[in-house]
Amino acid sequence: MSREPSPAPLRVGIDLVAVDAVAETLESTLRERYLSRVYTDGEVRDCTGRGGDVDAARLAGRFAAKEAALKALRAGDVAVPWREIEVRRAADGDPSLVLHGQAAELAAHAGLRTFAVSLTHEQAYASAIVVATA
Amino acid sequence: MTRAIREVIETHARLPVDVWGLPDDASLYEAGMTSHASVNLMLALEDRFDVEFPDELLTRKAFESVAAIRRSLETLGVVEAAA
Repeated sequence: MSREPSPAPLRVGIDLVAVDAVAETLESTLRERYLSRVYTDGEVRDCTGRGGDVDAARLAGRFAAKEAALKALRAGDVAVPWREIEVRRAADGDPSLVLHGQAAELAAHAGLRTFAVSLTHEQAYASAIVVATA
Repeated sequence: MTRAIREVIETHARLPVDVWGLPDDASLYEAGMTSHASVNLMLALEDRFDVEFPDELLTRKAFESVAAIRRSLETLGVVEAAA
């Protein structure tokens, strides 16, 4: 009896975020806790311009990436703090995804070792797609 | 407490519908709340009820409805009189 080899896991997640929603939060009294609870220090730094302003569109892209990753991980009702899914930007500008804690455990449990992320934004919306495989 | 929860939802969840017309167990996500809006809602609830949601409560389910939010707050020790 022959058996088909198990296919390598392949997951994808996508998300879309309204830039004005992020801008509104940055202008609200929630700003500081929003930044510290949702984004890593490195993410905030990558989204901060020379003038010191945090760019809402770039931040929206990172939020979309976190949500896209949660979809790829099929987190369901597992609690995954947002900071455990981190977007890093290499010197050449390419983004990558780094998982920590519960997010990393979910990935390991699903046999997912390689993650790729792509971000895009324009004036109104930011979007991200995450692909994960063994 | 339910009234205070609805007031926070009205201000922060960016719902396209009137929260006061939704049943307690109606899904806020199905009513139009985005994941990003749920973060604002979570932070605003912390302000309103003077609590901090621990990591283990940061699930989609915890903020799914007025009733679910009430249960989440109750696990943090918020009682009816506090609202």
